[in-house]
Amino acid sequence: MSRKLLLKNDHIPGIATLKTYRENGGYTAMEKALKSMTPDALLEEVKTSGLRGRGGAGFPTGMKWSFLAKPEGVPRYLVVNADESEPGTFKDRYLMERIPHLLIEGMIISSFTLGANTSYIYIRGEYFYVARILEQAIEEAYAAGLLGKNILGTGYNLDMFVQVGAGAYICGEETALLESLEGKRGNPRIKPPFPAIAGLYGCPTVVNNVETIAAVVPIIEIGGAEYAKIGIGRSTGTKLISASGHINKPGVYEIELGLPVEEFIYSEAYCGGIKGGRKMKAVVAGGSSVPILPTELILKTAAGEPRLMSYESLGDGGFVSGTMLGSGGFIVMDEDTSIVKNLYTFSRFYHHESCGQCSPCREGTGWMEKILHKILEGKGSLKDIDLLWDIQSKIEGKTICPLGEAAAWPVAAAIRHFRPEFEAYVTNPESIKDVKHYYRLNPSA
Amino acid sequence: MAQTPDISFKSETLELIHKIMKRYPEGKHKSALIPVLHIAQAEFDGWLSAPTMDLVASVLSIQPIEVYEVASFYSMFNLQPVGKCLIEVCRTSSCWLCGAEDIIDHLEHKLNIKVGETSADGMFTLKAVECLGSCGTAPMMQVGADYYENLSIEKVDQLVDGFKQENKQSRYC
Repeated sequence: MSRKLLLKNDHIPGIATLKTYRENGGYTAMEKALKSMTPDALLEEVKTSGLRGRGGAGFPTGMKWSFLAKPEGVPRYLVVNADESEPGTFKDRYLMERIPHLLIEGMIISSFTLGANTSYIYIRGEYFYVARILEQAIEEAYAAGLLGKNILGTGYNLDMFVQVGAGAYICGEETALLESLEGKRGNPRIKPPFPAIAGLYGCPTVVNNVETIAAVVPIIEIGGAEYAKIGIGRSTGTKLISASGHINKPGVYEIELGLPVEEFIYSEAYCGGIKGGRKMKAVVAGGSSVPILPTELILKTAAGEPRLMSYESLGDGGFVSGTMLGSGGFIVMDEDTSIVKNLYTFSRFYHHESCGQCSPCREGTGWMEKILHKILEGKGSLKDIDLLWDIQSKIEGKTICPLGEAAAWPVAAAIRHFRPEFEAYVTNPESIKDVKHYYRLNPSA
Repeated sequence: MAQTPDISFKSETLELIHKIMKRYPEGKHKSALIPVLHIAQAEFDGWLSAPTMDLVASVLSIQPIEVYEVASFYSMFNLQPVGKCLIEVCRTSSCWLCGAEDIIDHLEHKLNIKVGETSADGMFTLKAVECLGSCGTAPMMQVGADYYENLSIEKVDQLVDGFKQENKQSRYC
């Protein structure tokens, strides 16, 4: 089994409470940080750790923090991105639900490092019950003097609040999130300026994913250098993977980066193989927006090397034969799955979630959904496949925020790797009649 | 400003709203808009009518248009009346892979309504929604603020029959 840093205590009954969390070593890293370390020293530890953003982009966290502007007399903010809306991703929900104090402890250390005195957790509206768990944990932390004025007698002040969203994937994009937190529509902002210069209320702001901020706790606990020894190459530390689809054991797994993909899918310690002993057809390895890969390319790179769960190995081959680690939303599809129909569910999703600000995305996502629907209805033509390809290529790189790419990439990858299946839908529907559009829960129905 | 609406929040709700407004810096209380819209939706039958949105505007001292433009952006805000019990079934990739369409078909049949409709007795509204972050426990549905996961046809039957029996009113926040 991999070494566990985030989920080492998630099985302990009552770990969501402050008392049990502290009995198991909780808040010692925070005490160490606030009482015996300077913000500069803490920043160095995070840089040394090699930690990269766990929300999907994988940007080095220490570098992001070092960009934060520090003008005199202007407040700074830490905003935690708990919007978790990338299809296939549910790890942050698990972490917040099970060990809310790990996030809070990470936020206190991070806010102290950044010189922020107010911090918000922006959580997707559908996770209401998780927001309640967080609020309860924050209340406990205030009562114990871990939040509020003069924390642990160090003179440091920090207030923390939970903000709920209301159903908008786009609010996971950091500038849309800030707009939403300011009480507006979630339209992404044009960058620059980046949030590090002008973020929440125009003030310097760091926006980080839940898992990223939680990882700061073990980094301070064991030291950045020790953390950097875990993992492989520039993929340091551990990562939470949300595993779903046609596998025997769906759920959230903490892995050491560098674990072979094959082991992750087939080992009893993780996904436990494909349901019903069927064969695997394809995997979406990092949430809906990353390129889908057929079995042969997810298990091995084009050069025949075993594919590993790391930023570099999953990216090996670029988009021709590789994919991305992304958010760690790992969706497995068995041999009977219709790739075209799965893509349709993604395209419908992106059409629904486009904020409508940029025309390539607003119009293009709608067109892609409609064309895929037409193909699935058996009314498509070969030209429609080319049209799909053309539309996705005209969205990519032409929008304010990456939702454009997120909508384009899955379409491009599905056609790239499964073109014969698309062609069968339009030229020879008879040949794909055994490919299932979906699964009967009750076969007799 | 719009005319003062002739509906009002309960006094304890107003107290809660004023508490929420204190989470933000001086002059930035518009940040409370989304949390307050959730509260308003919960207090006024699960949806936001124009008078309800005007009330929110007046409580937060902002223009009604600032409320309308936000309410119409986010999918959790219902701008049309909904049944007492709002059932939303996730249909994106992982849930679809695990049988969400069977759940939706079954609910349409059982409630005798199509997706997007409300039953004649006003009890149920059925919606199909995009990924709710429950992919590892697919298929799933959300009823108001509550998640019901690892669904099967039998489990859906039990749940819906239970909702009918208790005349369930969805919680919204």
